[in-house]
Amino acid sequence: MWPEFFQREDLSAILPQVQLTVFACGILLMDFLLEQRHKYMNAVTALLGILFSGFAVYQLRDTVRPAFGGLIAADSFFVFFSFVFLLAAAVVVLMSVRYLELEQEHEGEYYSLVLFATVGMMFLASGQDLITLFIGLELMAVCFYLLTGFLRRDRRSTEAAIKYFLLGAFSTGILAYGFSLLYGISGTTNINRITLAVRARGLDDPIVFLAMVAVAAGLFFKVAAVPFHQWAPDAYEGAPTPITAFISVGSKAASFALVLRLFLTSLSPLREHWMVLLSVVAVATMTVGNLAALGQTNVKRLLAYSSIGHVGYILLGLVAGNETGKMGISVYVFAYAAMTLGAFAVVTGMRRSDLVGDQLDDMRGLIFKNPTAAVLMLIFLLSLTGIPPLIGFYGKWFIFLSLIETRHYTLAVFAALYVVVALYYYFRIVVVMFLQDAREPGRMSLSPALVAAFVITFVLTVLPGLYPEPLIQLAQFSIRPFR
Amino acid sequence: MLPTPDNVLNWVLFTPLVGGIILLFIPGTMKDAIRWLANLFFLLGFVVSLPLVLWFNKGTSDFQFVITADWIPSLGVQYRIGIDGISFLLVMLTTLLGVIASLSSWSFIQERVKEYYVMFLFLQAGMLGVFMALDLFLFYVFWEVMLVPMYFIIGIWGHERRLYAAIKFFLYTLLGSVLMLLGILAVYFYHADLHFAGMECPALGIAGHTVTEAYTFSVPVYLEFGRALPADWQFWIFWAFFVSFAIKVPMVPFHTWLPDAHTEAPTAGSVILAGVLLKMGSYGFMRFSLPMFPDAAREAVPYVVGLSIIAILYGALVCLMQKDMKKLIAYSSVSHMGFVTIGIFALNQVGLEGSLLQQINHGLSTGALFLLVGLLYERRHTREIAEFGGLSTPMPMFAAIYLIISLASLGMPLLNGFVGEFVILVGVWDVNKTWAILSALGIVLAAAYLLWLYQRTMFGEVTNPKNQGLADLNFREAVTLIPLVVLCFWIGIYPKPYFDVMRPSIQALVQRVSAQAAPVSAEVPSVPVAVPVEEAAAR
Repeated sequence: MWPEFFQREDLSAILPQVQLTVFACGILLMDFLLEQRHKYMNAVTALLGILFSGFAVYQLRDTVRPAFGGLIAADSFFVFFSFVFLLAAAVVVLMSVRYLELEQEHEGEYYSLVLFATVGMMFLASGQDLITLFIGLELMAVCFYLLTGFLRRDRRSTEAAIKYFLLGAFSTGILAYGFSLLYGISGTTNINRITLAVRARGLDDPIVFLAMVAVAAGLFFKVAAVPFHQWAPDAYEGAPTPITAFISVGSKAASFALVLRLFLTSLSPLREHWMVLLSVVAVATMTVGNLAALGQTNVKRLLAYSSIGHVGYILLGLVAGNETGKMGISVYVFAYAAMTLGAFAVVTGMRRSDLVGDQLDDMRGLIFKNPTAAVLMLIFLLSLTGIPPLIGFYGKWFIFLSLIETRHYTLAVFAALYVVVALYYYFRIVVVMFLQDAREPGRMSLSPALVAAFVITFVLTVLPGLYPEPLIQLAQFSIRPFR
Repeated sequence: MLPTPDNVLNWVLFTPLVGGIILLFIPGTMKDAIRWLANLFFLLGFVVSLPLVLWFNKGTSDFQFVITADWIPSLGVQYRIGIDGISFLLVMLTTLLGVIASLSSWSFIQERVKEYYVMFLFLQAGMLGVFMALDLFLFYVFWEVMLVPMYFIIGIWGHERRLYAAIKFFLYTLLGSVLMLLGILAVYFYHADLHFAGMECPALGIAGHTVTEAYTFSVPVYLEFGRALPADWQFWIFWAFFVSFAIKVPMVPFHTWLPDAHTEAPTAGSVILAGVLLKMGSYGFMRFSLPMFPDAAREAVPYVVGLSIIAILYGALVCLMQKDMKKLIAYSSVSHMGFVTIGIFALNQVGLEGSLLQQINHGLSTGALFLLVGLLYERRHTREIAEFGGLSTPMPMFAAIYLIISLASLGMPLLNGFVGEFVILVGVWDVNKTWAILSALGIVLAAAYLLWLYQRTMFGEVTNPKNQGLADLNFREAVTLIPLVVLCFWIGIYPKPYFDVMRPSIQALVQRVSAQAAPVSAEVPSVPVAVPVEEAAAR
């Protein structure tokens, strides 16, 4: 029969990841059998895997299952974040088909790497143990290093991959150091038991403080918070556009899942300390992200800096730290995923065989070439700014409310004023698209897969904006483990 | 299906919205069809708002035609719209100016016609929503959404420096709105917090009464609740709202977006900006700032009045220096809106009534002035004053209407501007005589710059040969102007119906703003006995 350590319940807690892994391996095998013009079947397979995995996640919705003796917990937090990861993966796969054909790099490995990265993210959301979390993080990160450099013949892509890899390895080292200190003071790798040890050691113990700073620094790198953000613009600019979207949404959401897990469990006794640290970092992140975005002429870089700004907002939710703040983080992450994927989908659509399409100038007069794409981009940008009634507004809404509830008025005013700055640089794109004439006549066509990506992101940006009730319920559901 | 008192506001609000969505599906090449359809929708929007005149109950200060539906239950957000005497007049002004502005764009807009009318219809729906919303969340949504179409109207169809003007307009207004958002959140949070603390709410006047719904944005609830806020909260939230509304009005330190936006916008855009958009700020003062934060409002009076007087005088002086007709009228708006804000912050019945009437007057006369300048621009493609001169010879009808509107704007008796400004000054006089005298200087200056402008453009010989053969008004252009002229005369000669409509609501407003925070005051109305306004005007 089943050994005690490996019950059927244990298997079902990791079933979503297992399914993704099976499909990813399947793609690797299948890829050999496909002719060049049938390579899109890899994408179809990947989508099927995502669907199956999504269904498995959905079945985990009602129960909290600590599995493998407490290594894994498939709780509602995991379910919520897995949906975000799978959504991101699905949209990224849809965006990639035409893009890879144009880059002449249509290989099966690409799709299986996307799926493997998703597996890593899901373990980040469900891990209850430093070792599991670390392996999940590395699985995700290694896949991203490879994907960033996937355009072998493109110097920018290779350069970005190397930068990303070197800085990433460095930050992982710091994080591992923090983990080892946590293990040293508590003698366990289980994050819940570490909480007890940390509390017992007291707040003023320098070792505890050092562990916290090391962990925080490693995590700040992963979410691209100031002062560990420099890798982001380069990696974003060099990576294939769909992968930029995936790093910006998937990797960031997964890292935030890890941040929440660690800060709300293991490090929760140190709240007094990390709150100060986080608020300083959050304000610095918003400032650098928003101000640096003002001068960018490359759309991918602009979105990279703006995403750094968004990280600042999400961190503020953690600073507030009350029910509303935690809900705000969930809403914000979901909103950010939907609208950022949409914006990057439009940028992907700009790629032509003779045009890279990521310069601001390349989008000139988009309204005449493809009105649908231009209007969609407008909607995504308005949502990113936080104009109601679009989904992005509700993320900011909850964060602001939580700051006021916890009496952080100055932070709230800062956060609100940066919305105005954000409007300015987002509308530089709008000006180019709507108010300037196209450089050359002609219309822009879109692949069916990309249209599907547009539809998904558009619906997710607009519908929850008009009727946010389900989204709010979902956010409440997601933070249940941290009540 | 037809409009009934129960659903008429939905009709008014959704007609332009539906029109805009329908236009989206018509190919952009069918320009004339789009023009006809858009104008029909604006006309329909006006027609469905006409029953309001019949059904509006002048005897009550309550909100009427209220429609309520749940929107976001877990946040307590409701779709709740309704109007009272204050918003009624502004809604009617909006629907009327919508028709006129859209008709005036018929030949002016030749490029991207479809997008233009779509944006315009969305803008109209947004503005109507602002005036009707009885839920702060809903109000905020409309307040923000409306910026987007206005941005495009200035940015796409404007004049040379349109990009700069459009983004400046958007940034300024957004800066105000985000601060207001924080203010809204603070009220919302305090309301909920009080509820959970189980505290009694003395301001509601009933002993032992607790705030009923914890999470709500309902304006009627907040109107009663605002007084319960502690003094420092009132202070901060008042100023958060104030910045937002002051930018919109615009009051003096925040006014620099206005000359750019008004000058660069296409004619219809300027008409709507001056006629309706600016009123959103003054409406915000009357609807939210005064009744919700009465203590803070009373404390703010000297500062706001000071800014208003500066606006009146500074705006007028700057007008004297302008070389560009449109810019001159834009700065005259700064001056005229100064009268509106000083009337509001007189905080008495007369001042507020005059101020609300002056908002309507300004919408009519400045709207008409922008139309007239737009007509000249269409004929000559310049707005330089020096380019014109002696236009009354080739364009007699234009000159006549322009004269009437100028006189209305500068406060000539028997025309609307006089009634509004006079009543405001009576109200201000009651509070402080120096303020009234200083503001009255603004009327003198207005006469100077408007008549001087008229003289330079209309009188004398035709000096510039290009002006020799200018066509007079055609039928469509006359149709856009004559209703405004008629209304100017009507309000100037017989303003009583307008005052009747607004009186109960203004009375309630004065009662709220002069009530002290003490629990008894809510039950003992301390209304200063109002000077019957027509008498004051007739004096």
